[in-house]
Amino acid sequence: MTTNTDLEELERTLLARVAAANDEAALEALRVEALGKQGSISALMKNLGAMSPDERKTFGAALNVLKDKVTEEIVTKKAAMAEAALDRQLQAEAVDVTLPPVRPRLGAIHPVSQVMEEMAAIFGEMGFAVEEGPDIETDFNNFTALNFPKNHPARELQDTFFLNARDEQGERKVLRTHTSPVQVRTMLRQKPPIRMICMGRTFRKDWDATHTPMFHQIEGLVIDETTSMADLKSVLTAALKAYFEVDDVKLRFRPHHFPFTEPSAEVDVGCDRSGGTLKIGTGDDWLEILGSGMVHPNVLKNCGIDPEKYQGYAFGMGIDRLAMLKYGMPDLRDLFANDTRWLKHYGFSPFLLPGLAQGVG
Amino acid sequence: MKFTLSWLKEHLATDASIDAIVETMTMTGLEVEGVENAGEKLKAFTVARVMSAAKHPNADKLQVCQVETKDGTLEIVCGAPNARAGLVTAFAPIGAYIPGSGITLEPKPVRGVVSNGMLCSGAELELDTDADGILELDADLKVGTPLAEALGLNDPVIDIEVTPNRPDWLGVAGIARDLAAAGVGKVTTKPVLPVPGRYPSPQKVEIDDTHACPMFASRYIRGLKNGPSPLWLQQKLRAIGQKPISALVDITNLLTHDRNRPAHVYDASKLKGTLRARMGREGETCTALNGNVYNVTPEMCVIADDANVQGIGGVIGGELSKVTEETTDILLECAYFDATITHKTGRALTLTTDAQYRFARGVDSGFVVPGLELATRLILDICGGEPSEIQVAGDLPPPPKAIFFDPDRVRQLAGIDVKPTRVRAVLKDLGFETSAEGQGSKRIIIEPPTWRRDVDGPADLVEEVARIEGFDKLPVLAPPRAAGFRAPSASVGESRARLARRAAASVGYYEAITWSFCSRAQAQAFGGGAEEMLVANPIASDLDCMRPTALPNLLVAAQQNANRGFDDARLFEAGPAYASANDGGQQRTVAGVWQARAPRHWRAAPQPDIFDVKRDVLMILEAIGAPVASLQTFSDAPAHWRPGRTGALKLGPKVIAYYGEIHPRTLKAIGVEAPALAFEIFLDALPAPRAKGGRAKPPFERLDLQPLTRDFAFIVDDKVTAQEVVRAAIGADKALIADVNLFDVYRGERMQSGKKSLAIEVTLQPKEKTLTDADIEAASAKIVSAVMKATGGTLRG
Repeated sequence: MTTNTDLEELERTLLARVAAANDEAALEALRVEALGKQGSISALMKNLGAMSPDERKTFGAALNVLKDKVTEEIVTKKAAMAEAALDRQLQAEAVDVTLPPVRPRLGAIHPVSQVMEEMAAIFGEMGFAVEEGPDIETDFNNFTALNFPKNHPARELQDTFFLNARDEQGERKVLRTHTSPVQVRTMLRQKPPIRMICMGRTFRKDWDATHTPMFHQIEGLVIDETTSMADLKSVLTAALKAYFEVDDVKLRFRPHHFPFTEPSAEVDVGCDRSGGTLKIGTGDDWLEILGSGMVHPNVLKNCGIDPEKYQGYAFGMGIDRLAMLKYGMPDLRDLFANDTRWLKHYGFSPFLLPGLAQGVG
Repeated sequence: MKFTLSWLKEHLATDASIDAIVETMTMTGLEVEGVENAGEKLKAFTVARVMSAAKHPNADKLQVCQVETKDGTLEIVCGAPNARAGLVTAFAPIGAYIPGSGITLEPKPVRGVVSNGMLCSGAELELDTDADGILELDADLKVGTPLAEALGLNDPVIDIEVTPNRPDWLGVAGIARDLAAAGVGKVTTKPVLPVPGRYPSPQKVEIDDTHACPMFASRYIRGLKNGPSPLWLQQKLRAIGQKPISALVDITNLLTHDRNRPAHVYDASKLKGTLRARMGREGETCTALNGNVYNVTPEMCVIADDANVQGIGGVIGGELSKVTEETTDILLECAYFDATITHKTGRALTLTTDAQYRFARGVDSGFVVPGLELATRLILDICGGEPSEIQVAGDLPPPPKAIFFDPDRVRQLAGIDVKPTRVRAVLKDLGFETSAEGQGSKRIIIEPPTWRRDVDGPADLVEEVARIEGFDKLPVLAPPRAAGFRAPSASVGESRARLARRAAASVGYYEAITWSFCSRAQAQAFGGGAEEMLVANPIASDLDCMRPTALPNLLVAAQQNANRGFDDARLFEAGPAYASANDGGQQRTVAGVWQARAPRHWRAAPQPDIFDVKRDVLMILEAIGAPVASLQTFSDAPAHWRPGRTGALKLGPKVIAYYGEIHPRTLKAIGVEAPALAFEIFLDALPAPRAKGGRAKPPFERLDLQPLTRDFAFIVDDKVTAQEVVRAAIGADKALIADVNLFDVYRGERMQSGKKSLAIEVTLQPKEKTLTDADIEAASAKIVSAVMKATGGTLRG
């Protein structure tokens, strides 16, 4: 007759053997020995039928407790062993994580391109379309339409590159000295209202510390029936605030002369040079930044627009200089030297898309 | 254009400070380049008198002088040979900085004698280049007088940049007029008083070409004495950088800068017969006052007598009739020359003189005879002589035409509110005649003065009023915003370029910006260099041609990086290529180069080759939304690409991109080391995006049935391309075959020579029902037969 004392003894033995099992096979053998069909606990279960109902009740309950206990111990021990085995395996498969990966390199966007996209974002937000035109232009589009009289000293202020190619009038083609021919093309093609910017390569025969024979300009044009110079100042103020990412920008309009605008103004932006650094926006100093004015009636006429009815403004800025001012590049010539070290230093991640939401820079 | 503050004050009564004057100039459109006060750097120096000079006890070439200075009598050692008792000169005290020699004086003995200061030469003070002796000043100067004052150099010199529309600002009087209008003072320019002539001019003057020279006013002056001009005139000219020459010449220079009125004096005794303003004749020359001989052409206006060309009209006078110290009789010329002809002549001769600069921009047609009178007055005052009557040949051009002007235009165009009365007042101050149109019209009639031929419409008048009122009155309004819908602000081409740029940078290329030009030899090496694409006036001989592609410039840039020790440069440029000078000739391209070095890595990494740039090109094309799946690859390419290692991606007949290696011969021609990988993408060759139907894409089709794959290997002739096998396989059953991937190329021992094995993995995508074994068998058979038929190959067993 098995007693509760025997059960306790059995429990002690089994649990001790579970604890002692040192691999999964030993544990499985033990499980079969105790809980298998021919196992010791199963054997005791079979005896229950011969017992009185009362005995069966109490002994059966005790036996079930024992069965659950042993089962649980084995499962727990098995899981622990599996964990340990995995740990050992992982440890064995460890690598030197400091080894360098095969890494695709990331290139960079040139600051001038980045600034052009910043400008497109800023002016796009104010409803300016981006227009385009070729670098090789006719004398008419580059000069005559823009009210540069022939044989006038004004033409020589812009040292022009000429090509051997000639246009239909027999005039040498020119490398555009400014982006203004795009204004001409746009006005000849499109009726007012016009609200555009254009950006691109421009060329003048000049090469020193602050001039390169090729450079970049952005130009804006608005033509409608009411736009005034005050609107020009307002748009420029807003655009420069956005570009330089400052709360306030002070602008000074200085009367000047351009053949294609009347009145004409050069525009200075307020700046602060104290402490050896240049801060754009406000301050006691001025920095010349762009040329602008109200489109000359002759230009409108030359482009088929009635100057009695329409008026508007135009402005132009040097993109390279804007980029240098914002991003602290001291030497213009570096912009076109294509030194990979410089491009890496001043270039932009291709994933940094200019937009007003995330900041144009 | 330079002038001194005191000169300005001869025409402008003002208490304004130099800073205030400069500020007003800036804000009225006179661009001030700089203000120099020569007196500043002479602050430490004063006038002193040498009382005695004795030989230095220890040096033959030195003297020990007793000098009366502002600090009393001092002993000073001096090496100048001209140091002598009674000499009035410049004194520098101990502690003074000597600009010419860059030293600061210390009280140290010179050969045993302590020198308590220094006596200075012109060179030491950077006044001139004279280092042979100390300054010799006017003996009447008081000891202690600041040197700047003694030399008349305590007057700020203002340097301005004059825009081509404002020749009137090339005379000090014109500047004073604008400053007065802007409120910094009152104009005090004295009216010109006529000088009565005493006899008819004996020198006949005629105009043959009234277009080139509409008017020639002249006057004979006899019995005068030429010589150095008085000190005040010399100082005045010197202060603005003009060299005094002689009284007569200096007087004309004074007039040039004071009134923008060039004039000329001829030695009348050297003129033969009638003096004529006429066009030049082929073969004529003019020996000019600057010593150069100029070839005259029929496009130039000359002043010639019966024997010789005596000057080039409005440009430069001639040597033959130049005035000298011996001159007693002169012909004084005050003429009006055509601006365009003068401009062209200056360009043709590459000669810019003060006169040419002014006539080319336009002088005041109303100041021809007054200019002559003013010059006469100065000549009589300085040189004496007896003037003839004035002789005027030709006629003045008509005055500028009147403008009907609505004062409200100022507000409409400039955005500044200015009262009509103020509008009239401003214009009046600037010399415009204004009168009301009358009869209920609010317009005013404006007659521009003869010196303002740049003003010919209402917009010009708006500028005049706005700049005098001040652009600082421009209000800043809320920036306008376009309402409602608007199209994308960039063109398709520009948008593609932006995407391509970012894609190229994301696969490892740095964006370069290279010149639009290259050398003709480089252009020719890359299929360009046509005559019409040459720059007629290049800035450098190796930048004389528009580039046919960005590749040569990029390759050279990569090589330059390698030369600096940074090889393996990957550079790209999203920029123009110039196929012709016509509008359509400029192509939008993305070109890239890679002088690849085999990467060294602990995991084996192969030498980059054509397939690496092919990958990059396909990445970029995919990023910009090009139909990559429809592209066909060809092996033909222009001659600068390496044959057999270059691919052309085409869409129908259009080349979308080239990729591969640059021809070693081409690289050698431009001095770049081989090998060099490269690509060039032609953005404009891509089809335009569909214009209709908005942005919506076709519905997404989700297939529930799983795809399955089957592998096939074919033995084909070596010349059969992968593309042929793949395309044949895809074409075998377009409905069922979703993808074909070529995964193995085998040539070797187990392969017959001239043959290779190409293995493909074909993905079948059932759409309606799961494929049965029979279906798969049928599809496989179709694939095998299609490939065999297309390539002549066999299925590898």
